[in-house]
Amino acid sequence: MSNSDDLSSLMRAARAGDDEAYRRLLMQVAAWLRGITRRGLAAAGRRVDDSEDIVQEALLAMHLKRDTWDETQPLEPWLRAIARHKLVDHLRRRGVTDHVDIEDLTESLAAPANDPAGSAADARHLLAGLPERQRHIVEGISLEGQSAREVGARLGMSEGAVRVTLHRALKALANAYRRDRS
Amino acid sequence: MKTDQLVAALVADRKGPVWSPARLMAAAIAIGGFASIAIFAWEFGPRVDLAAAFGTWRFDLKLVLVLVALVAAFGACSALARPVRAGSVPRRLLPLVLLAVAALVLELAVLPQASWTTRLIGSNALVCLTAIPLFALAPLAGLILALRRTAPASPTWSGAAAGALAAAAGAAIYAFHCFDDSPLFVLTWYSLAALPVIAIGALAGNRLLRW
Repeated sequence: MSNSDDLSSLMRAARAGDDEAYRRLLMQVAAWLRGITRRGLAAAGRRVDDSEDIVQEALLAMHLKRDTWDETQPLEPWLRAIARHKLVDHLRRRGVTDHVDIEDLTESLAAPANDPAGSAADARHLLAGLPERQRHIVEGISLEGQSAREVGARLGMSEGAVRVTLHRALKALANAYRRDRS
Repeated sequence: MKTDQLVAALVADRKGPVWSPARLMAAAIAIGGFASIAIFAWEFGPRVDLAAAFGTWRFDLKLVLVLVALVAAFGACSALARPVRAGSVPRRLLPLVLLAVAALVLELAVLPQASWTTRLIGSNALVCLTAIPLFALAPLAGLILALRRTAPASPTWSGAAAGALAAAAGAAIYAFHCFDDSPLFVLTWYSLAALPVIAIGALAGNRLLRW
């Protein structure tokens, strides 16, 4: 990954409530993850088709677990640890028990990969399995690009209630990813 | 779903205050410990000579031992709650081990050999073996729930550390009930009492702390 100081300060800004910094951080991390997972899958002799699902699962984990990053430490080792955890977990569930040394993969990846972003196939049917209200909120915000306030107005909910439900939906989505593969 | 669409949803999920693993754990121990103190007050109560006990070096040393164990376990548990592999966990236990050895040497030096066995066996061993795990239950439950919000590199080790921390919390409460203050007793029976709690923690961690 490029300069890690930058990533750490993006995360710090995100913690302070800077949404744009957080979006930039997540997009950079997604590009980086895409490179890692494709190489990891290739190294394990797997098809790279489901790489985007691993990318999204790892992004979800980073999002939900972001309070476990210690601000006094650089962000990059923390990101790499989560990426490794999710990739190894994914391969293990698919019956690949061989050790994949992600350390090699990440070290060799100085710059973000320029692979085009694919679409996650699993995410669609996992999303379909969420309770209706949660699904409407995630779809409104992600697929239709609405704000929490706009989704709330459409569904007759307060903005705060939309955010609470959104958070539950993201946790449910992360759990669904785990269950789906086991 | 495309990844930038997911990112939009993640960004919309705004952040509240940061709950670091240490902060989560402190809250869990406070709440769980409160429940254990209630059981302690209801069923056990402090030893009758508590005020006088504070004036004896063995009782004070016992409290220091338990507190050092609590601090060491807290540090280990907090480090193990993160996805980056924790540095050296044994090094965190070093102060506790050094203090334990010093306490042991001191006790053996001042105590006539004839009374070593009596002090080791004490009078509360069975109570100790049941009360410490009992007082550890609520803190352990709280810790496991709290750690579900973290991302431990190894769920099993994280759970074991939570067990050790809960056992230290249970021991800190039990220390005010128990008459046996000799380091010989404390180091033996308190450690034995912690083992099942650590084992339960490891099992619970293995099942409940995967992410």
